[in-house]
Amino acid sequence: MKKLLFALICLLFICPVMAQDTSLVSGLEDENAVEKITGTFKSTRVINAHSTEMLYKGNMDFRILHRFGPVNSGVKEFFGLDNANMRMSFDFGITNNLMIGIGRSTNLKDLDFLIKTRLFQQTKGAKPIPVSILVAAGYIVTTQQSFATVKPTFSDRSSYYLQMIVGRKFNSNFSMQLSPLLLHNNSTLNPTDDKTIFGLGGGARYKVSKRIALVADYHYAVGKLDNAITNPVSLGVDIETGGHVFQLHFTNSAGMNEKAYLTQTTGKFFNGDIRFGFNLSRMFNIGKKKKNW
Amino acid sequence: MKKHSSVLLFLLFFSVTLVAQKKLFTKTGLITFNSKTSIEKIQAVNKKVLAVLDVATNKIEFALLIKGFEFEKALMQEHFNENYLESDKFPKATFKGKFDDTNFTILAEENKTVTVNISGSLTLHGVTKPITAKALITTKNKTVSAASSLTILLSDYSIKIPALNKNNVNNQVQININLANLQEMK
Repeated sequence: MKKLLFALICLLFICPVMAQDTSLVSGLEDENAVEKITGTFKSTRVINAHSTEMLYKGNMDFRILHRFGPVNSGVKEFFGLDNANMRMSFDFGITNNLMIGIGRSTNLKDLDFLIKTRLFQQTKGAKPIPVSILVAAGYIVTTQQSFATVKPTFSDRSSYYLQMIVGRKFNSNFSMQLSPLLLHNNSTLNPTDDKTIFGLGGGARYKVSKRIALVADYHYAVGKLDNAITNPVSLGVDIETGGHVFQLHFTNSAGMNEKAYLTQTTGKFFNGDIRFGFNLSRMFNIGKKKKNW
Repeated sequence: MKKHSSVLLFLLFFSVTLVAQKKLFTKTGLITFNSKTSIEKIQAVNKKVLAVLDVATNKIEFALLIKGFEFEKALMQEHFNENYLESDKFPKATFKGKFDDTNFTILAEENKTVTVNISGSLTLHGVTKPITAKALITTKNKTVSAASSLTILLSDYSIKIPALNKNNVNNQVQININLANLQEMK
């Protein structure tokens, strides 16, 4: 009995010495580490809507967007590819949480300006933030010459918008966002239309491989608009190849700025009034981050 | 009984000294890596490397978070995490190894440098592979520091380079490790 006790006590002394050998680093890890969630979407736009992504400081994003004619216009129009609307834009990352941009569309020769800021970034670790919250504000002015008897003033041709983006990366593959949009047109094409339109926007992404993702976005317009106006729906594929992101999609909207897609979309998506389109994004590093080692 | 208690006492003494044996560690070790092709130079640093050197058992262990690597180009950093190392799935890299040399008496001496061979296993991107490296251990101004460098192949750790980026990313990556001012673990 004594011997057993003795053996047990011996074991007690030896055990902690052996237990330490399993992992030397365990218990030393930083438990308060906060990890910022990145790569919620592949680009700063889901398709039409602003996404939860920002440009990094010193990056310039050159974007070329095309929306072709309706696919159901048939082989004579080469399924719409004979026609194209285009928008070109330059966006700049001022800081990691602030970006500005300028763009121009061929449709109505719209010129648009953007300022977008990230208020909260999704994090995990100690005190996690479950969603990213961003705000984008923009100004759009139509610069196409008018042949009306009373020419619209500069103010008449102006539109303003404010969009809030609340998004979350649920896991490495799936991300979703809600993006309510408030748009004010100083004048409307149809005199009975509401000048202020609210758009309830949503977007999602599902990564099918490391570099390819399926994306969708949609806006539901709240407010009085002409009967011919429909809600913009877009479905597409994002392909990322290093510095480029190709967004190929089908959409019913020909417009590529907030005013155009929310209040000037006429295609009925589920009647086959869809257009092929793409967004091409090319990233340039214009301000080099200082090497700090 | 008397005999037993003396043995017990001896054991107690022995195990206490074992526990008190020297362990050196740092939470701010530096690991940099370089990969160079004619088109692109990729460099990154992790300044929060956890390293423990157990002098008593000749063991060495490293741990770091993949997301802790900082790049010059932020977009490169994002692609490194998202497309190459998949840091959501494999957040950590670890190394567990042993020194071949038992001669650590130099740790008590000033201004000494010894070269030791280290062999062990590196776990990266969910793949564990044996590696060996030479390391320099230096004592200076009453501090101990260690440095090493080695080369690994991305293909060994099933980190795939897409055909389109073959000219931008080199399969061979040089890794430099620098542990300055190792502290004694209390």
